[in-house]
Amino acid sequence: MSRLLWIRRAGMAFALPLALIAGCGQAHQGDVMVAVAINFLDTAKVLEAEFEAETGLEVTLSSGSTGQLYSQIENGAPFDIFLAADTDRPRRLVDAGNGVEGTQFTYATGRLILWMPASQTTDFDGANELRDGSYRALALANPALAPYGAAAEETLISLGLGDVLSDRIVYGQNIGQAYALVASGNAEMGFVAASQLVKGAADGKGGVWSVPGDLHAPIRQDVVLMQRAAGNEAALQFIAFLRSDRALSIMRDYGYEEG
Amino acid sequence: MPDLGPVLLSLHLAAVTTVILLVIGVPMAYWLATTKARLKPVVEAVTALPLVLPPTVIGFYLLILMNPSAPLGAAWVSLTGGTLSFSFSGLVFASAIYSLPFMVQPLQSAFEAVGRGPMEAAATLRASRLDAIWNVLLPQSARGILTACVLTFAHTIGEFGVVLMVGGNIPERTRVISIAIYEHVESVEYAEAHILSAGLLVFSFVTLVGVYALNRSYRLRVS
Repeated sequence: MSRLLWIRRAGMAFALPLALIAGCGQAHQGDVMVAVAINFLDTAKVLEAEFEAETGLEVTLSSGSTGQLYSQIENGAPFDIFLAADTDRPRRLVDAGNGVEGTQFTYATGRLILWMPASQTTDFDGANELRDGSYRALALANPALAPYGAAAEETLISLGLGDVLSDRIVYGQNIGQAYALVASGNAEMGFVAASQLVKGAADGKGGVWSVPGDLHAPIRQDVVLMQRAAGNEAALQFIAFLRSDRALSIMRDYGYEEG
Repeated sequence: MPDLGPVLLSLHLAAVTTVILLVIGVPMAYWLATTKARLKPVVEAVTALPLVLPPTVIGFYLLILMNPSAPLGAAWVSLTGGTLSFSFSGLVFASAIYSLPFMVQPLQSAFEAVGRGPMEAAATLRASRLDAIWNVLLPQSARGILTACVLTFAHTIGEFGVVLMVGGNIPERTRVISIAIYEHVESVEYAEAHILSAGLLVFSFVTLVGVYALNRSYRLRVS
C-alpha cells in the first residue's frame, strides 16, 4: 500500500472523532438553564412544570450546594439563572461581573429543621434533644459550602453546644446529603431544610423541631441573572415568574417564607 | 422509571471516547511495544497515572485547564462559542485522559504478544512498515484491540469523580448515569437510584465476563 494512501486513511481516522466531538456541541439546550441550590430542587421542579405549562418555554435545572454551583459558575458553567441559598454568593457574582447588576433579590427565606425520624416524643424539643445527647451521629451540611449548614452550625453555637458535639457531627457536602444521612438512618438526627420534609408523607415522621429564628441568621435565598443571559427573554420571564402569586404559594407549600 | 437521558448520554460519551482513544492508543501502544527509547518508562508512567491518581486531582487540573480564562478554555470559547468546562465536549476531553490506560495497556500487551517475528517475516516479503502493521499486526491483535475497546467503553460509562468536577450536573449535557445516581441518592429517591445502579452493576459484570471469556489466557494489566 502506498504511503500516500496511508496518510489519507489516517487523516480519515482522525476526522471521524473530530466530527463526533463537533457534533456534540450542537446538543439540544433548553431556553433557560437554572442552577439551583439543592434545598430548593423539589420546589424548583414544581415551579419548572408550572412555568413550562404557562409559557411553553423549556427550563433545565442543575442542582448542587450553593458553594459547588458558585465555583462551577466561576469555572465557566453555562447557567442563565442562579437560585442560591444565600445572599453572599450571588452578590459576589455581581461584584465580579458574572451576575447582572440589579437583578439580585431574595426569592424565599428558608427554614431550618432539626429532624429525628425515630423519635416517639409527642412534643419533640430539639434543644433538649441536642443537649440530651442520646444519639451517635448528628448530620449537617458542610457549613463552608451550604448556607443551611452554616445556619445549623450557628444554632449549635447559640445553644452553647458547638464544641460539645463536634465529635458526633457528620457532614454532608450539601443539605441533600445531610437529609439522605438522616433519612437512611445513618445519622439519628440532623439539620435539614423544611422544604425537604414536605416531599413524601412518611418523610416528616418522628420528631420535627423548627429551629427558632433567633438562633441563627435568617436563611435568605437570593436569585441572580447571569451576565450571559442578560438579553435572554425566557430567563427574565422565569425570574418574574418567581414573584408571581402562583410561585409564592408553591414556595409556601414547600415550607419557605416570602423573601 | 428514571429518565433515560443519562443512560443515552453515558453511552454517547463512552462511544466517542472509545473511538478517540482507539485512534490515539494504537500508535502510542505500538510505539511502547516496540521502542527501546530511554523515555519509555516515563511515557508508560504517564499513561498509568489515571489509575493511581484520585479523580479529584485530574478533575482539578482539568478544571484549571478548561476554565474560559485559561489558554485552552479561551481557545475553545473563541472556536465554538461555548465553554469547554461543563459541556459534553469537555467530558469527552476529560474521559479521554481518564480512560487512556484502559486503552493503551491492553493494546501494548497484545502488540508485545504478537512479537517481532511476524513483522520481520512481512518485512522480508517487502511489506512496508505501515503495510505490515495494517495487514499483520492489527489482525493478529484483534482480541486485544477488542478487549481494549470494551474496557475503555465500560470504564468511561462508570466514571464519576472527574465528570462531577469538570461537568457538573447539567441534564442532557453532562448528567451521566453516575451523576444521576448521585442526585437520586441525595434526594432520597432510592427506587430510581436502585434501577440505575443495578443496571450499571449488571452491565459491568456482563462486560467483564465477556472480556475474560474472550481472553482466557490473557492477563489484564489494569486489574
